[in-house]
Amino acid sequence: MDVKIWTYIIVGLSFASYIGIAIWSKAKSTKEFYIAGGGVSPVANGMATAADWMSAASFISMAGLIAFSGYGGSVFLMGWTGGYVLLALLLAPYLRKYGKFTVPEFIGERFYSKTARVVAVVCLILISVTYVIGQMKGVGVAFSRFLETDYNTGLFVGMGIVFFYAVLGGMKGITYTQIVQYVVLIFAYTVPAIFISLELTGNPIPQLGLGGDVDGEPLLVKLDKVVTDLGFDQYTTSVMGSKLNMFMYTLSLMIGTAGLPHVIIRFFTVPKVSDARLSAGWALVFIAILYTTAPAVAAMARYNLTNTLQPGDAVDANGSLEFDRRPDWFKKWEITGLLKHQDKNADGRIQYYNDANKPFAVSAESDNGWKGNELVHIPFGKSEKDAKNGPDNDFLVLANPEIAGLPGWVIALVVAGGLAAALSTAAGLLLAISSAVSHDLLKGILKPEISEQQELNASRIAMIGAIALAGYFGLNPPDFAAGTVAIAFGLAASSIFPVLMMGIFSKRMNKQGAIAGMIAGLGVTLLYVFQHKGIMFIPGTSFLGTMDENWFFGITPNAFGAIGAIVNFIVALIVSANTEAPPQEARELVERIRVPGD
Amino acid sequence: MATPDTPEKNRQAYWRENLRIVAWLMAVWFLVSYGCGILFVEQLNKIELGGFKFGFWMAQQGSIYVFVVLIFIYVRLMNRLDEKYSFNEKDEPKTKDETQEQA
Repeated sequence: MDVKIWTYIIVGLSFASYIGIAIWSKAKSTKEFYIAGGGVSPVANGMATAADWMSAASFISMAGLIAFSGYGGSVFLMGWTGGYVLLALLLAPYLRKYGKFTVPEFIGERFYSKTARVVAVVCLILISVTYVIGQMKGVGVAFSRFLETDYNTGLFVGMGIVFFYAVLGGMKGITYTQIVQYVVLIFAYTVPAIFISLELTGNPIPQLGLGGDVDGEPLLVKLDKVVTDLGFDQYTTSVMGSKLNMFMYTLSLMIGTAGLPHVIIRFFTVPKVSDARLSAGWALVFIAILYTTAPAVAAMARYNLTNTLQPGDAVDANGSLEFDRRPDWFKKWEITGLLKHQDKNADGRIQYYNDANKPFAVSAESDNGWKGNELVHIPFGKSEKDAKNGPDNDFLVLANPEIAGLPGWVIALVVAGGLAAALSTAAGLLLAISSAVSHDLLKGILKPEISEQQELNASRIAMIGAIALAGYFGLNPPDFAAGTVAIAFGLAASSIFPVLMMGIFSKRMNKQGAIAGMIAGLGVTLLYVFQHKGIMFIPGTSFLGTMDENWFFGITPNAFGAIGAIVNFIVALIVSANTEAPPQEARELVERIRVPGD
Repeated sequence: MATPDTPEKNRQAYWRENLRIVAWLMAVWFLVSYGCGILFVEQLNKIELGGFKFGFWMAQQGSIYVFVVLIFIYVRLMNRLDEKYSFNEKDEPKTKDETQEQA
């Protein structure tokens, strides 16, 4: 059967099951809906949390980023898993003991201030909208390939489905749908990885295959050789920016993970404090299955891609693939614009090498007549002449099974998995945004007298607004899906996490400190991101450009959240030390949440 | 509060022990990720381990396994601590009042 038919069948079936389960469990009992998580074991809750958490960035984008950055890509692996340790040890049990419902609610009560709550709502909306933009990019990529159209058509179709899916109901609250989504996405991620690992190294476990042998030599050694032959940095040692940047990037993602409102909310709903700890552990187990597979997927995909495009010797003019003999998957990805060939030296072959490596480029030109890297991608709305160097990283995971020549149903499965990942997270985020607007802002502060129906309507309008906004920015994404999501994490790291932590671990922290800290942390991070990536990511409005020399100590905007968090901590501590101590109720609240039990 | 008559001193002692557990686990957390995975990665890369450079393996695989183990150790130690200070929780779901807000 043709890949396209398989895709329609598998994507259709998975969607039918999500909607079916949602309707079935909703109709079953409203009581179950109210004690969300009450009857669910920490294992099941962990699985649902994992689905909620792992988004298009984890599924579609991350392995591609690692594949093209090698060791430097480790920041995503460590950052997005290590954050769960922070969450389990520093926040989850205490916030569960607090027992209320939203993050701004806690901040408002702990810091006895409506202003603090409003500031927290603003932070939450900024974080979540940025995060949804990243999801939209992933959805756009998945649909453009699936429907074989250009990226923007794919994006519009994706927007429509996310809209339908999220607005359909409080579906997100239903843990079972998310469990099914987890199963779909983890199956879709590991099955091709197992096939590819088996094919390449003879070991069916990708985690071990990564260290396995290819034709008698370790895969990673071979990979290092294959990429350096084409002028790229060694795979296993290439640093992302600098070590300081990697340190800050990892820190930013870890702190950001622990500060993400839609993840924290999950720990409010478990029955006991000890379950909150255990849920975090199980969530990380289920996340780790994907995260330890990803580096294997990345290395093997890079190896296969390089060997496909450079079947012959690297230093031979006839070593590169002839354009007319390019494989089918190449032709299909050309339609999306994420992968294009520009024959710079008109030799009818595809040269994919690192032309930024000057000595290598010079000798490649004099020896082989190579006139620059010919593998490019075309950003949305741009013409062929504005093409950017290299393929768009986000194509790699989806293309990976095709590159490895796996059967059609495996390829279709990956598309279904990517959509499951993007949809479960996008729906969760949209609900977090709409509850912040309707529950915290409208009902909690502006108009406490509105009815439940009005609150519900307000939340739907907020959701539509958020989708439209995210779709607009998704047309012009500031970065790859994972990079965009990394910015969202930076914002979460610099605003939410520090105040939550100080609210629990310091009895002295007062409202002045918390408010000043959040504003300072978020402000510094936003300023840094906007000055390099454009105000609200609009191209052309960046006043410093994304040039490396303008970066503060070489730290990229994506990694700046860690600095923002440090600024937040320092400002909050200084301001709080110089203003009056918090009232007795706030101290009692802290005392109460520090110990489990009633 | 576990019981109305939980002495203040008991809570303080519980909190101090809790902080000590967290501090130790965080030290390991820092060591395996930032230490092995970033700061000392070159030195560790000199060690070869079944097709992997050790530093690279820690950054892309090992640290993640340690994170998982850390959380489960934390769960165990804290459950023991809860028992020691008898902050055990009852096995009841949340009251309806509390949970209704979640809807």
